[in-house]
Amino acid sequence: MMPQTERSAADGPQETFVLNLGPQHPATHGVLRVKLTMDGEYITRAEPVPGYIHRMHEKMGENRTWAQFLPNTSRIDYLSAMTYTHAYVAAVERAARIEVPLRAEYIRVITSELNRLSSHLVWFGAFLLDLGGFTPLLYAFDDREKILDLLEGLTGSRLTYCYYRIGGVCNDVDEAFVQGTRDFVAQMRPRFGMYRDLVTDNVILRKRLEGIGPISAELCRRYGATGPVIRGAGVPYDVRKVEPYSVYGQFDFEIPVFPEGDCMARYRVRMEEMAQSLRIIEQAIDRLPAGPVMAPSVPRVLKPPPGDCCFAVEAARGRFAVRIVSDGKEIPYRVKLRTPSFSNLSLFEEASRGMLLPDALALMGSLDLVIPDIDR
Amino acid sequence: MMLSLPQLAEAFGQLLRNGATRPEGQAPEHPGSPGAANLAAPATACRLTDYALKGYHLDVTVSPGEVVSAASLLDGEGFALDAITGLDWMADGQMEVVYDYFHPRNALRVVVRTRLPRAEPVVPTISTVFPGANWHEREAHDFFGIRFLGHPDLTPLLLPEDADYHPLRKDFALS
Amino acid sequence: MNTALHLAEPYRLLLFLVGTLAFVGFNAAYLVWLERKGAGRFQRRAGPTEVGYAGLLQPVADAIKLLSKQLIVPPGTDATLFRLAPMLVMAPALMCFVAMPFSDALAARPLNLGLVMVFAFGSIHVLAIMLGGWASRNKFAIISAARVVSQNVAYEIPMLLVVITLLMITGTTDLNEIVRQQGGGFWHWNILRLTANPLMPVTFVVFYICMLAETNRAPFDMAEAESELVAGAFTEYGGMGFGLFFMGEYANIVIGCSLATVLFFGGWQSPIGVWPGLFWFLLKLYLLIFSVIWVRWTFPRTQFYGLLNLSWKILIPLSLFVLVLSSVLLKFL
Repeated sequence: MMPQTERSAADGPQETFVLNLGPQHPATHGVLRVKLTMDGEYITRAEPVPGYIHRMHEKMGENRTWAQFLPNTSRIDYLSAMTYTHAYVAAVERAARIEVPLRAEYIRVITSELNRLSSHLVWFGAFLLDLGGFTPLLYAFDDREKILDLLEGLTGSRLTYCYYRIGGVCNDVDEAFVQGTRDFVAQMRPRFGMYRDLVTDNVILRKRLEGIGPISAELCRRYGATGPVIRGAGVPYDVRKVEPYSVYGQFDFEIPVFPEGDCMARYRVRMEEMAQSLRIIEQAIDRLPAGPVMAPSVPRVLKPPPGDCCFAVEAARGRFAVRIVSDGKEIPYRVKLRTPSFSNLSLFEEASRGMLLPDALALMGSLDLVIPDIDR
Repeated sequence: MMLSLPQLAEAFGQLLRNGATRPEGQAPEHPGSPGAANLAAPATACRLTDYALKGYHLDVTVSPGEVVSAASLLDGEGFALDAITGLDWMADGQMEVVYDYFHPRNALRVVVRTRLPRAEPVVPTISTVFPGANWHEREAHDFFGIRFLGHPDLTPLLLPEDADYHPLRKDFALS
Repeated sequence: MNTALHLAEPYRLLLFLVGTLAFVGFNAAYLVWLERKGAGRFQRRAGPTEVGYAGLLQPVADAIKLLSKQLIVPPGTDATLFRLAPMLVMAPALMCFVAMPFSDALAARPLNLGLVMVFAFGSIHVLAIMLGGWASRNKFAIISAARVVSQNVAYEIPMLLVVITLLMITGTTDLNEIVRQQGGGFWHWNILRLTANPLMPVTFVVFYICMLAETNRAPFDMAEAESELVAGAFTEYGGMGFGLFFMGEYANIVIGCSLATVLFFGGWQSPIGVWPGLFWFLLKLYLLIFSVIWVRWTFPRTQFYGLLNLSWKILIPLSLFVLVLSSVLLKFL
């Protein structure tokens, strides 16, 4: 990936040059181009140019039936696919007034939280990779492999699940999944201690992250940034607590909030969230009720009543909301996807002004972007 | 001091009753275009909705000239912009812009809507109030061709730089 | 007891030349293998296994690949300097081994200023990287090269201060003499010579850190791991040019670890006092090299200003303090 360096002739005594970061990255951010205007080592302007993986999911939403759109939802943010499907399915259920059985809700929570864990593990590995620590990536992927094996046994997919259906979930969990999840929770807990000792407490890492990339709560609000970005700025905003959905209200878990607003705070939020996800999974597995996993009378050809409807979930990256507009047909009139990475990245330009380039890259890594999530 | 939902609804009602005081950036009136009457028409509804059915608490319909004041009102109350959605009501000859707002500290969800004439969809930008709207408006422009007056840089965001088509319009043919 | 090799002088020199070339070349090639296998094992995977048993022929395959590539000299670069830079990285590395005592009899030229010579030649590779970066006419190569220079300058100073401390204690710059002084058992090794300098282990740690920084190894690899952006000073190099830079880096690691072995760990002396020889030198050398590889795959990268701060604000005052302490102790004890 070659930089393009041109002097901008229009600049006066201060010589700046334009550097193109991307669209291909050595790290696993995806195809994002950032046009950096640099003054030596400092960034004067960082303009993200998304759109390199724009697939127009929203148009696809207008060309297939409500149920046919389900696989698309997994591909918006492939790391957090379950939660995205959850938002869409729940929006349609809300519009069509379909009641989801309790067992299905519990299964949804368990699988969503497992998905959140695996997404945070990828973030952890990739972020450390950005900072030059090559090894934690493989340790994180080791743990993630166990989650993927569990979910593959249940859904058949490792990454882009299409497990939820409108009205419930596709198939019931079996004993192997329940026992496997319990085993996973037991062996995953001590791993956080290892990550803390090896990585979080490392002096070099702390020097790279503490005080770097400050994002204030007000900046988050003005750009609509959510997720660990806003929780790392001291605001306890988590859709699972603020607009409780599914059966999250029945579980005992905390929202980790750190007030500093720097990269370290966002890092800590995600590490803590992994531990909290384990708590939720443990409680849900223990209390899994019996019953059907699909609502009894979902029409084969679903035609929700005309009007619009919103549903928001807390995905791994932040608030993901779906706004569906129906005109009474079996094909949606409009499916609007409000993705967290879109809003989170939009504050990068303002937040990175005047920063050193490696610090700006640490900031970008701490935003946890998945580019297909931005472009859709 | 955060307003509760009824107080917020009242504040909106106040805003709308005062009518559009022609803020800067209001679209010039084209006497020939079919929706010209809409631009000058005063606001209509502001109603509380059932969250369990809709997913939001307050639904406000404003005229295009009032979106900035509505945004300012919500900004003052500490809301954040969730999304800006475009909708193409081809049968009505109108386009709708839906502004979703959420509050980071409490659970209130507010939706502000406005309708624009389909032939000439212009609405003032709210990016002066919410910087995050910059990208949302560029996206709406990409997909629908809605022009946001006063927007600093209304170039394509997700589509290629030279795109001159608007894919989410209902008359955009999928080849 | 090793007998000195009694050969006619030209043949002896020729033997040592070939031996040194072979040693450096073999190390440069197979340290890559060790690094990749080590990295694999640290990351819970296998590393190269395909080519040869346990991937032992992998360096051969890599060398064939690099040799078969076209040596492109980009237009607009200074062609002479561009081609010269990789050679300037390898040649001084070879020179440093002239004075290095592999065992009592195996020293190509046991100079009485051996230490000075090693340091003299050991600093040239910085110039070579600077040359390579500048000759590339690539903005990022230049910036990276400038960073390498400032990093190396910053870390030369504490390294030399540490070595001066050692010189004061040992009283000689002859590397073989330094090793002979550490005979008898591991408690005689310089690292445990606490009577002369109670902070000797700290001195070694300072030396080790400086050695990592001098060779641009992680966690001080800002220059080459500008993979945040590009490949640093070596961007425009391909084929064997790049291969030479790479080999030069490993050769420098070998030099640095050999120096650490000789200065602190008794060189070819045995830890139990009997049977000294080449075996012990190589054992200690490779243990140190393994630790260098281990450190690389464990820690993230430091920030550039953190790196310089570490040197200027921590290591230099520390090594100055150790120097003063040793001189005071020497004077009065």
